[in-house]
Amino acid sequence: MHQPSRGQTSFLDPELLRRAMIESFRKLDPRHLLRNPVVFLVWLGSLVTTGFAIFDFSPFTLQLALWLWFTVLFANFAEAAAEGRGKAQAAALRKLRTTTVARKLAAEGAEERVNATGLHRGDRVVCEAGDTIPCDGDVIEGIATVDESAITGESAPVIRESGGDRCAVTGGTHVLSDRIVIEICNEPGDSFLDRMIGMVESAKRQATPNEKALGLLLLSLTAVFLLVVATLPAFVAYARSQGGGDTIPVPILIALLVCLIPTTIGALLSAIGISGIDRLTRRNVMAMSGRAVEAAGDIDVLLLDKTGTITLGNREAVAFLPAPGIDGGRLAENAQLASLADETPEGRSIVVLAKETHGFRGRDLSEARFRFIPFTAQTRMSGVDSSADGRRIRKGAADAVAAWVRGQGGNVPGEVLQAAESVSKSGGTPLLVAENGTILGVIHLKDIVKGGIRERFALLRKMGIRTVMVTGDNPLTAAAIAAEAGVDDFMASATPEDKLARITAEQKAGHLVAMTGDGTNDAPALAQADVGVAMNTGTQAAREAGNMVDLDSNPTKLIEVVEIGKQLLMTRGALTTFSLANDVAKYFAILPALFIALYVPAGAPAGPLAAWNIMHLHSPESAILSAVIFNALIIIALIPLALRGVAYPPMPADAMLRRNLLIYGLGGVLVPFLGIKLIDLALVATGLA
Amino acid sequence: MHNILNIVLVLGGTALLAWPLGKYLASVMDPGSRLRVLHAHIERMMGAVAGSTGRQPQDWMGYLVAMITFNVLMFVLVCILLGTQQFLPLNPASKGPLSWDLVFNTAASFTTNTNLQHYSGEVSMSYFSQVFALMWLQFVSTGTGLACLAALARGLAGSRMLGNFFLDLQRAVFLVLLPLALLVAALFVAGGMPMTFHGAVEARTLEGAVQTIARGPVAAFVAIKQLGTNGGGFYGPNSTHPFENPGFFTNIVSMIAILLIPMACVWMFGRITGRPRHAIVIFGVMFVLLACKASWAVWAETTPAAALHGLPVVEASSLEGKELRLGSTTGPLWAALTTCTSNGSVGAMHDSLNPLTSLSPFAGMWLNATFGGVGVGMINMFGYIIVAVFLGGMMIGRTPEYFGRRIDARETGLAALMLLFHPLFILVGAALFSISSWGTDTIANPGPHGFSEILYEFSSAAANNGSGFEGLGDNTVPWNIATGLIMLLGRYLPIILPLAIVGLLAAKPPVAESSGTLRVDAPTFGILLLGVIVLFGALTFLPAAMLGPVAEHLMTLH
Repeated sequence: MHQPSRGQTSFLDPELLRRAMIESFRKLDPRHLLRNPVVFLVWLGSLVTTGFAIFDFSPFTLQLALWLWFTVLFANFAEAAAEGRGKAQAAALRKLRTTTVARKLAAEGAEERVNATGLHRGDRVVCEAGDTIPCDGDVIEGIATVDESAITGESAPVIRESGGDRCAVTGGTHVLSDRIVIEICNEPGDSFLDRMIGMVESAKRQATPNEKALGLLLLSLTAVFLLVVATLPAFVAYARSQGGGDTIPVPILIALLVCLIPTTIGALLSAIGISGIDRLTRRNVMAMSGRAVEAAGDIDVLLLDKTGTITLGNREAVAFLPAPGIDGGRLAENAQLASLADETPEGRSIVVLAKETHGFRGRDLSEARFRFIPFTAQTRMSGVDSSADGRRIRKGAADAVAAWVRGQGGNVPGEVLQAAESVSKSGGTPLLVAENGTILGVIHLKDIVKGGIRERFALLRKMGIRTVMVTGDNPLTAAAIAAEAGVDDFMASATPEDKLARITAEQKAGHLVAMTGDGTNDAPALAQADVGVAMNTGTQAAREAGNMVDLDSNPTKLIEVVEIGKQLLMTRGALTTFSLANDVAKYFAILPALFIALYVPAGAPAGPLAAWNIMHLHSPESAILSAVIFNALIIIALIPLALRGVAYPPMPADAMLRRNLLIYGLGGVLVPFLGIKLIDLALVATGLA
Repeated sequence: MHNILNIVLVLGGTALLAWPLGKYLASVMDPGSRLRVLHAHIERMMGAVAGSTGRQPQDWMGYLVAMITFNVLMFVLVCILLGTQQFLPLNPASKGPLSWDLVFNTAASFTTNTNLQHYSGEVSMSYFSQVFALMWLQFVSTGTGLACLAALARGLAGSRMLGNFFLDLQRAVFLVLLPLALLVAALFVAGGMPMTFHGAVEARTLEGAVQTIARGPVAAFVAIKQLGTNGGGFYGPNSTHPFENPGFFTNIVSMIAILLIPMACVWMFGRITGRPRHAIVIFGVMFVLLACKASWAVWAETTPAAALHGLPVVEASSLEGKELRLGSTTGPLWAALTTCTSNGSVGAMHDSLNPLTSLSPFAGMWLNATFGGVGVGMINMFGYIIVAVFLGGMMIGRTPEYFGRRIDARETGLAALMLLFHPLFILVGAALFSISSWGTDTIANPGPHGFSEILYEFSSAAANNGSGFEGLGDNTVPWNIATGLIMLLGRYLPIILPLAIVGLLAAKPPVAESSGTLRVDAPTFGILLLGVIVLFGALTFLPAAMLGPVAEHLMTLH
């Protein structure tokens, strides 16, 4: 199947641009535009101006009408361009939904072939190698490898098995091997795939709370400017009654209105929102609502699971600490023997360490007739028993191994316990190794803190975000890792219930909390958190509870999610400020053009208010056209910024405000002076005005 | 040089006095539980006066209902008193009846703390009307503003109950306004202002002509006129009348009294909300704007007018319309102060100011929050603050919040509405009157100046300022009705909307603050706030300003 190309599609993709252009004409439909009052007003203005251009033709009015239409089209184009990438993605995803035939299990165990769309919650289906999973569900029987690349873009197959935290399967993915029985957990049309399509397509996009508030502010600003423009004819009529002059033609009033109302932000508003979600999608995070993306920007407490987020998932053996009187080689050899059959990363790292420090190579276990004793939660040890020489080797948790040795009459030297204790204190995990009744020593397992994570947390702190590490480790170990990673706080020996309690407590204190989770017992906490990112490898319950799903199942991404949320709001704020600041220059362009014919002294070419034309624009017509053209072109110029989001270097709020005020506030005042003057020069040079 | 000194002394001196007064205002308006013995007695007494309904804490809705009920009652009562003044006592000069529209306009004007006067006090009003109708309203309308600010601040401090309006009003009148007015009136009497209930005196001039000299309880009236940002004069010419402003001393005391309580209100706001540093930022923004407008007025007025160019005059200060007893620069300074604070008393005829100078009083009324009226100036500023917080919050990437409460669509909408009403009243009013005989028949000068007269009258009414550009024949039915209505709307809407916002905010769970929160107590926020105020004012009123004062100025250059 063709991959929806994630991450590579630029909005400059010619195919997307072509489609966006067609779409921007389709969006001229007033029913669509009504949702955006600012753009709708421009549309009305274009219509009226076109009427004037037809019935009262002048090249100036025609140009004015054209540029007003361009303003609407550019606004439509911005929205279409933002939607474009999502649409392409949705189309690819939709192909997955094509009628799959499911093998439904009837009550007596017989199979029945039904259409996937006819499946309901609670139905059971069988999938074997080569089948497409018809619908979201939980594996209730069997284990299988599943290709989820269609959804996640990750080509390596994943294991899905009944029970535990890896039981969730997604409709539209393929079973590569084995046979599983799936219990369906969605009604038709409400699957993960459906929701994903809905989100990327922005079909179900509703205005977020912030968007609504900004919309209201823009609406009332529009009303203020409508008022300013609507009262002008009366003021000018008074001036005419006193000193002569002409009335202001309606198209020019419309031009003034369009220049003053916040068209720039009005045109880009929905594009900003859509592209925010799109940025998340391209990082393989599916937000279940726009609201969740926005909430991500407000997060000030991050609950991060230690394993996988702060530390590399696996602990590594870093040292052998032999017991008094025991040779280091003997400890290493036995440790290696005990770990040969241990497929966990910890076990493998012990084998590697023994090889590196003492040159032992792994041996064939069957040769020495070793029997592997697996790790269980009860014994908390693993090891090997040799039927050849009666050696029984164990490695495991300090107290468990100590008890095992004492049980055989051996004694545990105090130095060994001390060594274990100091390993714990340093944030490591001590494993005791024993052979029959003799303690051989301690293996130091170390959590490896991810590179660069400390700096990342420092940046988060600058942004006012507190990080809390959550771990099942004992407080001693947790404290050491917390110090190494530079988190602000930690929860040791944490259970999912503790997590939930912590979230509730933080929220009571007025904080907004984000967390990641994958297990079923994480579900309540995921649901309670303001932003809950569920791992795609997680259970169905977790995926239902969170308001985002990370398809890559990478918990570190939570940090990026927060950044994208902030960027979304900042882009809106920056462009609103820019849009309003632009009006100053437009006043200097249009007002002198409007008032030039008022109070003209006898014999003078222009009235006194021409002095307001500080940009020395060529003529009233060129001034008005320049302002309108600038107003239209700035929308196009800012589309990349709207889609990409404003730059977001982490810094404290106050510094950020200073920076954005300078760029978008002061810049917004100055840029149009330059732009309008240049357009005016170009219009004169080309003879258009 | 002495111009600058004058500005620095008045603005700086008042700012110094405002700090302790702000502390006092906070302690009496929001006494909390720790009261001194005397204060506790007074509080108990006021509680007894207010009765059981007057002691209950009110939520925002209850507070507004109480405030509006009280104001409606006052309005009706004063309408009756003014309408029947010819039958009432204390009328030694036998002042006759007033027209119904003037009664409506005057009652609206004084209830709303505007004191726009379409009459001359010494000609039309009996002493009873002046003292028991108008001066009474000068106290309680000021008290209303102060009470509402206290309520707003309590809500922002996090309390769902905003206090009790009747109790707050008593505190404002008895503990703040009366003592201060007594003090200032005493200073005025010492400065030579009349204070008597005797009627006018007749004087025989050197030429043998008989002159009637109006007098009355002037000092008492003028004290609260200045302190309460009322501005309604005892005499028609207001503080340019020698009895209403006898000399240099009363002139300085008057200017300080104009600014004092509005400045102290900012500190009171900071103290009740528990955000003194935020108050410093607000005070700074207001002060910068005030200083700019005052300096502009003095500069523009002392710069020789184009008409004087080439004439053999040495000192080319404009003298027309000024009280030369007080010097020619005090007039423009006063003009800036009185319009920035929505006071409206005048120390020079604004009609005679240079066109460029008059931009300063116009700007004062258009922005209407650079200290502004007692209580309400700070409340108006709250509208700008919400908009600034909204923009700033987005620019730092967080849902905007103010004092830990999130600003959502409803709050933003209400704040935006606040900003919408002010230009609506001014621009629509001016548009209507500049194309109809209602306005064009009443102006005294042609051209842009006539337009300025109309624009000024509506600005003054909407900003509850009350000063007049003069030259306008404004005691007509259309003017009385239009400005009366606008004064009422321009007063109560900007109180109702902010208290509604605060009511909504107080009902929300607070959000914790961190270094990721917009800091409203940092200078950067001050710059943002300043930008919002200036940009909004400029974008709204620039076209009108160009057709009025700017056009007039440019025409004098030709």
